[in-house]
Amino acid sequence: MPSTVALSVARYRPEQESEPTFQTYEIPFRKDWVVLDALNYVKDTMDGSLSYRWSCRMGVCGSCGMKVNGTPKLTCATFLSEHMPGPIRIEPLDNFPVVRDLVVDLTDFVRKLKQVKPWIVRKEEKPLAEGEYLQTPAELDAYKQFSMCINCMLCYSACPIYGLEPSFIGPAAIALAQRYNLDSRDQGASERLKLMSEDDGIWQCTFVGECTEVCPKHVDPAGAIQQYKLSGATQWVKSLLLPWGNR
Amino acid sequence: MSADPHYTLYHPRWYRRRMSVWWWLHNRAYAFFVLREITSVFVAFTALLYLWQIRALIQGPQAYERFLARLKTPLFLTLDTVAFLFVLFHAITWFNLTPKAMVVRMGGTRVPDWAIIGVNYAAWIVLSGAVAFALLRG
Repeated sequence: MPSTVALSVARYRPEQESEPTFQTYEIPFRKDWVVLDALNYVKDTMDGSLSYRWSCRMGVCGSCGMKVNGTPKLTCATFLSEHMPGPIRIEPLDNFPVVRDLVVDLTDFVRKLKQVKPWIVRKEEKPLAEGEYLQTPAELDAYKQFSMCINCMLCYSACPIYGLEPSFIGPAAIALAQRYNLDSRDQGASERLKLMSEDDGIWQCTFVGECTEVCPKHVDPAGAIQQYKLSGATQWVKSLLLPWGNR
Repeated sequence: MSADPHYTLYHPRWYRRRMSVWWWLHNRAYAFFVLREITSVFVAFTALLYLWQIRALIQGPQAYERFLARLKTPLFLTLDTVAFLFVLFHAITWFNLTPKAMVVRMGGTRVPDWAIIGVNYAAWIVLSGAVAFALLRG
């Protein structure tokens, strides 16, 4: 293995340039370094002006998502050795406005996330005296996979539909809606389905499937959306056949 | 939800990228996806061909002969071959995707993906066999 590696990092300094450029940094190669370690090395010793987000360094916080050699990745979980001999190209996530260097603006996602009501909706809360809402392991298993999302936005970066139709609610928000729909304690599925059946909801998805491929937590948003479509369509047929039904 | 495509209030200093018309050529998975979407055109073509065949059948033996003669022209042989390959691609890719949309639980555990895919292929083989039997018997 060589002793150094070139990082080609996208820079965007709005006060200096009107569009992003690339800057190359030659850094020491260490086989136990992830891409985030390399960026921290650059920031600490070579160029303090480089901007990027990170926090936990262990695939939990979802802050350090960037494109590494064209693929959306958590940089804390992507080893330099996977991309040797380099150069390694590091860019901000696609489909979001770039604020500076590798930092993108996520306001759009946060707004959409709130719309899908990612919390337990109850028609009526039961009194405290009746105790907690119990759940069997099988009931937990029904939604657990979709609850692993860390909002890292790799799926939005990989989704061409979101790139072409920015009003699309998008993979992570729909997967999280489905997470609550499948929760035995939740009663908000019909409220969520109303939003999801609109133009920007589940039917925008054409099942490209890349959201699932890039997901670092194996959430499978593509699966969540297709399952949502199936239950939405079933609900629609039911409402046609049984218009007097309560849902 | 509003149809407003802007993420947030206009911020002149943020860099907003526009997707290239050629986005689907940037990555193999995207190209594969677009190819899968195009198969629907050939599925429609095959369905229309069957409708045309039924129409010829209804019109009598002479019309049906003319229909068969037309199918044997190089143009239709080529079109048919291409359509067959695309329909095959369509069927296989969609069969393989069914477990994503259908989660079947039996006895508290999730039925594995291969079993759901297998049921599709089994149904395909059984139905094709039944059609072949009905046709070749006579």
